[in-house]
Amino acid sequence: MNDLRLYLRMVGIAIRGSMQYRASFLMMSLGQLGVTAIEFFGIWALFDRFGRLPGWQLAEVAVFYGVVNVAFAFADTLSRGFDLFGEDLKQGEFDRLLVRPRSPLLQLSGRRFAIHRVGRFAQGLAVLAFGLHALDITLGPAQIGLLLLTLAGGTALFLGLVILQATLAFFSTESLEVMNTMTYGGVQTAQYPLAIYRESFRRFFTFVVPLAGVAYFPVLALMGRSDPLGSTLWMQALAPLSGFAFLALACGAFALGTRRYTSAGS
Amino acid sequence: MAQIVVEELRKTFHIARRRPGFLGALRGLGRREHDPLHALDGISFEIGAGELVGYIGPNGAGKSTTVKVLSGILVPDSGRCEVLGLVPWKRRQEYVGRIGVVFGQRTQLWWDLPVVESFELLGDIYRVAPAEFRRAFDELVPLLDLEPLLNTPVRQLSLGQRMRCDLAAALLHAPPLLFLDEPTIGLDAPSKLAVRDFVKRLNRERGTTVILTTHDMDDIESLCERVMVIGQGRILCDGSLGELRARVTGERRLIIDVDGDAPLEDPDARLIRREGHRVTLAFDPDRVATADLIGRIARSHEVRDLFVENPPIEEVISQLYRSHGTEVGA
Repeated sequence: MNDLRLYLRMVGIAIRGSMQYRASFLMMSLGQLGVTAIEFFGIWALFDRFGRLPGWQLAEVAVFYGVVNVAFAFADTLSRGFDLFGEDLKQGEFDRLLVRPRSPLLQLSGRRFAIHRVGRFAQGLAVLAFGLHALDITLGPAQIGLLLLTLAGGTALFLGLVILQATLAFFSTESLEVMNTMTYGGVQTAQYPLAIYRESFRRFFTFVVPLAGVAYFPVLALMGRSDPLGSTLWMQALAPLSGFAFLALACGAFALGTRRYTSAGS
Repeated sequence: MAQIVVEELRKTFHIARRRPGFLGALRGLGRREHDPLHALDGISFEIGAGELVGYIGPNGAGKSTTVKVLSGILVPDSGRCEVLGLVPWKRRQEYVGRIGVVFGQRTQLWWDLPVVESFELLGDIYRVAPAEFRRAFDELVPLLDLEPLLNTPVRQLSLGQRMRCDLAAALLHAPPLLFLDEPTIGLDAPSKLAVRDFVKRLNRERGTTVILTTHDMDDIESLCERVMVIGQGRILCDGSLGELRARVTGERRLIIDVDGDAPLEDPDARLIRREGHRVTLAFDPDRVATADLIGRIARSHEVRDLFVENPPIEEVISQLYRSHGTEVGA
């Protein structure tokens, strides 16, 4: 059985496991939906009260918001197996994964599947649809392709962040919440157009953690808007690839951490 | 031919020294001092196909470090190690597909899944072909009496039941070599017997090589023809139980039930303890023939019953540690 089929099997099992507790699944999904809905309502309220963000209207922000949240919800759903990785290391659970003939990353990601994140997913999708509709954007094959590439790149980027966070556990026994400022903070940041931030911030989210590559730039291309920062259409359309590059680097870092673990012991 | 070859294996851990108190913790944030711990201090051994080897030693002696190196989880600092013709930590994923590992304290199985589904998933993880899986499954289930457990979620199993399932889980891909890390820890007596019985049959009938680490000397006595004792990162003794006994002490025990409280003494025997009517003496059969000793005592005392036995293996081992200056139970 190849890795992908095995992964799907493990995910199927994880979903069945969480469906055993149906009431809890429903409540958590609704809770997710509620929380994120209130969040967008907050943005709407700000716009309503203070008018436009200089140069940007609510519908445009809705598209940024939708893209980032859909990607984040998806990545979050896929990456729950990494949540307690620090504990896994301490308890020796990781050893158990190492004595099996499959990649530890595959085993970890297949372990849990947070299906209740559909709440955030659905809300992000709704906001995205609202934005696209309000801006009167026609979705031809090119636009749909770009949108899917953007969402995939965003998912990859957020997965990369989670894997990096897990990797830190190899190097420190303290539980590190640093990366949460990147994931949750990143989601908050990328909900708004990059152009409103100051230079150093923009650089960081373009070249270090390329959130702009999976939100700002491709969304501009989608909306057919010219970039006040001066990027070209080609750059915008290819920018989501940076998310995959980031994920690849994160996997490399995890492999390095595994090497360190096997030479240092627990 | 040797299935496992280990030569001059060394592994040193660097343990960060913690300073006491708040200031100590603060200084620990900066540069830390490290104490070296020589977990493996140049160990060498060979194990042939089909052997059943007991690997014993106090906590911290280097037992689990050895098992971790042999199962590919840990890379040693120096030395040679080849198992089934492979170096365990190189191409680890390929290597671990050929061995079986059971950690007594940890389960391989999925907590929420029925046992049979855990088995199937493991079959997929180990890339076992369906026909091979069926064969292993049909062989292991009756042998370990798992039929009534197959549809139970793992979280509802007792420790003994779980261990039986874990043994099967580690063997579904029919590895020629099985590492058992304290498989009887915490088990009740019948479960221990079931595990031992199974391991013995696995070794005899399938020819599976078994490396067993344990603290339970009954495991060793009932299973292992060969025992390796490790202390402070070195192999202290490697041989049969008989050889181990002979090396440490040639003494035997004479246990006598007597009438009356008259002191029981003999120039060729040493009194170990006296509990009511039961007296335990130690003697060296090279210095005094067993029959002579018994004759002398029977003439001077009212003997109700007596028997001769070897000193218990626990005592032999702890004597071995003492003679090497190893702290026991550290």
